[in-house]
Amino acid sequence: MSNWLIYRTFWDLTVSGLVLGLIYALVALGYTMVYGVLRLINFAHSEVFMVGTFGVLVSLTKVFGIPIFEGGQYPFRTGFVLIGILLASLLIGMAVSGLGAVAIERIAYRPLRGAGDAYGAVALAFVTGLILSFIISSDIGTNLIIAAVVAGPLSILYLRIFKRGRQAPRLAFLISAIGVSMALAEAVAIWGPDERVVYQTPRILEKKVLFKFLGADVRIDYVIVAIGAVLMMTSLLLFVNRTRLGRGIRAVAQDAETSRILGVNVDLVILVTFLLGGAMAGGAAMMFTLVYDQTRFNIGFLLGVKSFTAAVLGGIGNIRGALLGGVVLGLAENYGSAVFGGQWKDVIAFVVLLVVLMFRPTGILGESLAKARV
Amino acid sequence: MNLTQQFRDITRSVTYGPGVLSKLPKSARWSLGGMLIIAFYFMPYWPNVPVLGWIINTPGTSFENVLTDQIMVFVLMALGLNVVVGFAGLLDLGYVGFYAVGAYTTAVITSAHGNLPWVASLPISMLVAMLAGVILGTPTLRLRGDYLAIVTLGFGEIIRITANNSNWLGGPRGINNIKHPPNIGPLKFTVLNAKPYWYLGLTVILVVLFVLHRLERSRVGRAWSAVREDEDAAELMGVDTFKFKLWAFAIGAAVGGLAGSLYATKVAFINPDGFLLQLSILFLAAVVLGGTGNMYGAIVGGFLVAWVPERFRNFDTRRYFVFGCILVLVMVFRPQGIIPRRGSAAGPRPVEGEAQ
Repeated sequence: MSNWLIYRTFWDLTVSGLVLGLIYALVALGYTMVYGVLRLINFAHSEVFMVGTFGVLVSLTKVFGIPIFEGGQYPFRTGFVLIGILLASLLIGMAVSGLGAVAIERIAYRPLRGAGDAYGAVALAFVTGLILSFIISSDIGTNLIIAAVVAGPLSILYLRIFKRGRQAPRLAFLISAIGVSMALAEAVAIWGPDERVVYQTPRILEKKVLFKFLGADVRIDYVIVAIGAVLMMTSLLLFVNRTRLGRGIRAVAQDAETSRILGVNVDLVILVTFLLGGAMAGGAAMMFTLVYDQTRFNIGFLLGVKSFTAAVLGGIGNIRGALLGGVVLGLAENYGSAVFGGQWKDVIAFVVLLVVLMFRPTGILGESLAKARV
Repeated sequence: MNLTQQFRDITRSVTYGPGVLSKLPKSARWSLGGMLIIAFYFMPYWPNVPVLGWIINTPGTSFENVLTDQIMVFVLMALGLNVVVGFAGLLDLGYVGFYAVGAYTTAVITSAHGNLPWVASLPISMLVAMLAGVILGTPTLRLRGDYLAIVTLGFGEIIRITANNSNWLGGPRGINNIKHPPNIGPLKFTVLNAKPYWYLGLTVILVVLFVLHRLERSRVGRAWSAVREDEDAAELMGVDTFKFKLWAFAIGAAVGGLAGSLYATKVAFINPDGFLLQLSILFLAAVVLGGTGNMYGAIVGGFLVAWVPERFRNFDTRRYFVFGCILVLVMVFRPQGIIPRRGSAAGPRPVEGEAQ
């Protein structure tokens, strides 16, 4: 019975699996690039994605004033306005996520690398002040004022400590990443308008079926995701391979110390890596809201875990591997949940990973951000 | 380089002070330790002590229950995970899986599908968890560093989802009526009376601490630190790295299973929601926060990770935000953890694959 169902819906599953896989792949790029450069599992990357979905949500509802879709007429049926809004929300998502990733790097990783600067010191001092203020008051306005007052002198102290320039052990980075991730998700849950509920995002285009592919419906949003994802990945590959900064990224991925000696600005390279990875996650965030019409404060966690799995599956540190891993994972999940039932969906992802790693211990394409080719 | 070396020396001397403890005569150290242990046995009464009580008491929840349901579990789990992460240097992100295996084994053999006495549940849970560790470890321990991390993370999820989807394990509703330990004299083990569980839990913690302490000083412990510091060099020197990594995994798993079993007998009811992936991450946070590779650090870290969110319960929904920020702050200003490991690894090790 279920086999028959699979036969009937095989191409449907393929199409939706590809779309899911491309979203995984875009998020996986951020994991893979940061891992390639820093050898760090950037646990906070899932929250970079989450922040991006909220950036898109806020920009659509508040900036463009599009209401949540409740049936009836779509605000924009066709035309340049629609394309403009799609592009704008994509850019806003990318900007929010990219800047978010850079901020995380400044605050939570850079001090651990022994290169903490004034931005990180002020931000950390502000956070310390905020926590201290919670003891006294629960009014957010008072909290912010207290935090701002405390942040001044405290940041000078923090900056002094940063001057020691100590390199932290590897696990410290991971825990710091986990801490940021937790704090960000909770911050959205606490100070977001609807707290812990699922937010609907506005539907800005009617999801018409564009054409049939071997009997499977290919909707317009799927096509947008496919084109957008491929364009973003191609431009990322071109950037890494063809530009001066891209060469810096490859050099640092190969050997950070040597490239520093040879005059590569390692801190700048790391910043650009986070910016690019974040922007990719932001693009994925916009596409996610386009296809699934919703977001939540903890939406990043599972998607982040899956995307990291995808990155490892393809070969971590390998940009093309992230694409391949994402697509393989998306397809495997879709086929698998059709065969074994949806409740086993997450198990399938990990079993695929385990099997692949047993035969290819460094992922399908192997790890090589340093040697990435087009 | 010289400058960082100097700072390392300074921080080291600050951490260990002028060596007060190690300079004391042995008898004084022993009696000090003994007094501390007795004080810990009286921990359920600490909230009644004037100043200490104000600091340690958890508003809104009973401190006794926090002690057994959270602190006992986290300290044991941190001790067990410390073997894997701290001693052998393997990153395990799915440690909650072994905890779940232990808890479910106890639940199955004493309530759902069996009627074995409670005494049998502890060793059987440990054995089953150990077996799970070996089964997971055999194919995966040949993987390096972060690959191992993601595979173990997957394992933790697989265990939970399997429990959720299996009717035999009670599905999402879980298993109830798990046996309590038998009453010993005045110690009555019931759901409402948490003190006896703390006495039991603390005893178990002390036994585990003793065993792990002996292990760390043994040939196995030296092999672990060799694997941790440089796996290739260890292999070249004739250490059977795979075997010792598997041992670390199995022993860590056994301690995890033990903690799960104790937890299950205390709360008498478990369901898959008690074994979320986030818990693994908190366990790891406990180990690193306390000081990777130092058992006393693991105990302190386990205590803090369990206690801080409960202590600041009046922060309400903001407590996990606060907790996340504290993790970042501690890592920024004390990356070696609260009580760093003694000896070689007080500083970063210059190996390939180091975060820059």
